[in-house]
Amino acid sequence: MTKRNPEYDFKWCPGCGDFGVKRAIELTVKDRTEQLNIAMEDNVIVAGIGCSGNLVHLTDGPQPFGFHGIHGRTLPVAFGVKSANPKLQVLVVAGDGDFLSIGAEHIGPQAKRNLDITCVIMDNGVYGLTKGQSSPTTQLGVVTSTTPGGKIEEELKPFPLYLSLGVSFVASAFSSKPKEMASMIRQAMDYKGFSIVHIQSPCTTYNDTYDVLRGNVKKGIDPLTYELPEDYDPTDLQSAFDIVTKPGIPLGVLYAEGNPKPLNARFDSLERDKDNSDIFDLLNGFAIK
Amino acid sequence: MVAKKDFVIRLAGEGGQGMVTASEALAAAAAQVGYHVMTFVTFPSQIMGGPTWSQCRISTTPALSNGDELDVLVAFNEDGFNTHKGELRDGGIIIYDSAVFEIGAEEQKTLNSVALPYQELGKSTGNPRAANMVILGAIAEFVNWPEQYLSDFNVRRFTRGRPNDKEVVDANEMGLQLGKTASQESGFSLGELAKPEPPDYEQILIKGNDSLSAGAIAGDVELFVGYPISPATTILTFMEANLKGEGKFVYQSSSEIESITAISGGAFAGKRSMTSTAGPGFSLMSEGLGMAWMMELPLVVVDAQRGGPATGLPTKTEQSDLYMAMHPAHGDAQLPVIAPGTVEECFYAAMHALNWAERYQGPVIVLSDHMLTERTQNIKKPDPHLIPIERRDFYKGSDDDYLRYEGDSVTAMPIPGGPGAYVANASEHDGIGDTTHLPQRHVDGTDRRFNKLKTLEDSLYESRNTHHSIAVMPWGGQKGPTHEAYEKLMEDGIDVAWYYTMFLSPLNPKLIAELQKKDLVIVPELNYLGQFSSILRQHRINAESITQYTGLPFKVNHLVDEITNIVKNQSNSKTKAGV
Repeated sequence: MTKRNPEYDFKWCPGCGDFGVKRAIELTVKDRTEQLNIAMEDNVIVAGIGCSGNLVHLTDGPQPFGFHGIHGRTLPVAFGVKSANPKLQVLVVAGDGDFLSIGAEHIGPQAKRNLDITCVIMDNGVYGLTKGQSSPTTQLGVVTSTTPGGKIEEELKPFPLYLSLGVSFVASAFSSKPKEMASMIRQAMDYKGFSIVHIQSPCTTYNDTYDVLRGNVKKGIDPLTYELPEDYDPTDLQSAFDIVTKPGIPLGVLYAEGNPKPLNARFDSLERDKDNSDIFDLLNGFAIK
Repeated sequence: MVAKKDFVIRLAGEGGQGMVTASEALAAAAAQVGYHVMTFVTFPSQIMGGPTWSQCRISTTPALSNGDELDVLVAFNEDGFNTHKGELRDGGIIIYDSAVFEIGAEEQKTLNSVALPYQELGKSTGNPRAANMVILGAIAEFVNWPEQYLSDFNVRRFTRGRPNDKEVVDANEMGLQLGKTASQESGFSLGELAKPEPPDYEQILIKGNDSLSAGAIAGDVELFVGYPISPATTILTFMEANLKGEGKFVYQSSSEIESITAISGGAFAGKRSMTSTAGPGFSLMSEGLGMAWMMELPLVVVDAQRGGPATGLPTKTEQSDLYMAMHPAHGDAQLPVIAPGTVEECFYAAMHALNWAERYQGPVIVLSDHMLTERTQNIKKPDPHLIPIERRDFYKGSDDDYLRYEGDSVTAMPIPGGPGAYVANASEHDGIGDTTHLPQRHVDGTDRRFNKLKTLEDSLYESRNTHHSIAVMPWGGQKGPTHEAYEKLMEDGIDVAWYYTMFLSPLNPKLIAELQKKDLVIVPELNYLGQFSSILRQHRINAESITQYTGLPFKVNHLVDEITNIVKNQSNSKTKAGV
């Protein structure tokens, strides 16, 4: 599909971090398609429910296939798509609610299978589309429409969670740093295993965390985000655990397991394609004896 | 003496004692000689122990039900004896393990009981496993079976190319003789089972779930993902063992939510996709099934019904998921449903379901039930050639602006990797799949999705004696007992028509029209709500259920009595009205 349908009336708010993410995805998909001799139609974007998921309807130019499914189920859908046709380039786009609240149960299984897909998670610490409810990554004490007295839960820390569940490739990005973000998405898509690029993508309407994330000298706010040190070794799992359990949000590729064996390779090694289910042999096996 | 046409044996005791193995062996031996067999198994929900029983019916004509009354009860423990002794017919025989318990003196007088310390006798052969053979030898003697039947079975079954074959076979043969002797010494007899009349067609001996799974493979299923749950797990394990070849994918999922969403992804990517589950898992698939309906993704979900609701009775049989199978999701969605009634139909139901899914491009439910899944029966060897494989209308154009969802019925489906990229969208959508809320789009989309069902209305149904104004119409696994009851009703001069189909939704409009003309359609079904008769009434058919919700199948005689009463009352009220 190449034309924008005028009936589709959804828009992100001005200043929304997702604009930058969309742009980064479009450029990355286009570049990969050209450089790696993949067809645009070999790309599938599996989108969750939320402002972030609507990305799949907003992409400009020649389009990949899209699957805009029910809330929280991008990962199992992607599992089905990729397992049906391992040649497809599968990208999951979801927000912190879709991926880490209702969808969290699916991260572990795909990580352990090392499903070769890339997840682009737009984390704004709130449920934006449904107008401002608390999400797992909303910080302690924050007032939202469902936490009028301030949230009484600590926020969920996605990076230790991903590492504990065995995700092979974990990157941390910020929508205000588009070049680095695009580079990480590219690395993740090229990586032969389960990869997550978790992006701080603030919601200007309900949880404007731009100042908190990048700091504000005038207001005396120190930035939460910081660049990884030069000598950081992303193949070292222990360093990754150390850095994500310290305060602040490091930006960069936090972990990239050195020798990933993606699911389709594991499945192929079972050599099930060598046999053939011959129905007549199968039925003969039930002959009365 | 008139030879018996069939006999029914029940083995009852504690899980792990070998009842199931014994009844399967008996069924296999009988089938080898040319009898028709049917077994029924019921387990407790635990791995070891708990009350278990299995029943085997051996007949000279195809067995339609498990048999109402027992000719032989083999009680492995006192609990088995007490629970099941009431099911013995007059003159029936109880074989009990006298090394484990004794029958009271009073009961010994009224019952034909045979003390058979089979475990000890088994051990005495040198191979404790021969214990089952002791039981089989005893049973065979009561119906005057030629020794050959079980001796030959023993040799064929246990000559497996292993070093200890001869020992095993010899010990088993000793066991058979010990059992036979015990029976002879008891002096009891059940008469003589008539000689078998082996059919002239090729047969197989198979369980319901295996038949269904084989049917799916015959139907070229390509992607199967499933989560373990009683009584559907054996479909998953069958696929793991047998669904192989280029482009085939089988995997154990992490939940039923993953099952339905993963096969949706597989269907989207072009594969013939399927999963299997039981009631509780089917409930978890609600939202996903609505998604597949909305996105028009061909896929098959098997629901092996069991006692509900919630965890219910995991190892007992029921037919209470029909409403849910047709309407699993919120909103206006009505899924096609195929409910096989016999082990043979399980095979073809799977083939039809995969074809239906591809033809109308959406989710299709196969409704099995616990009894069918676990039933072993000899059936005519299924012929895959009878049902040509239908594949979805794949988009073969090259237009990148092709509108996937434009049109009032089924349209060609683009597949990732090819042209015609679109968005499969769980929201109401326009032609390309982008979200819309315009009123006309929702009308067009809804009309289209329901209109597609018309492509499935040409299904087959059975009908007999259609000139009668009252009809009997079972569904699913209760087809057999109802059929057996129907034959008795005919003999008794109770005139009713017979209707049956496994294609429950959409119903063939011709069938609906015929049923609408009936004064009454009687539906025997294992649920409280009378689900199928209620659905028939929605079509302005005058239908009423005979319900039962014990976790057990209908008894034939119960159905005969109930239907007879209904027919008599119907004709009485007609007479009163001066009709």
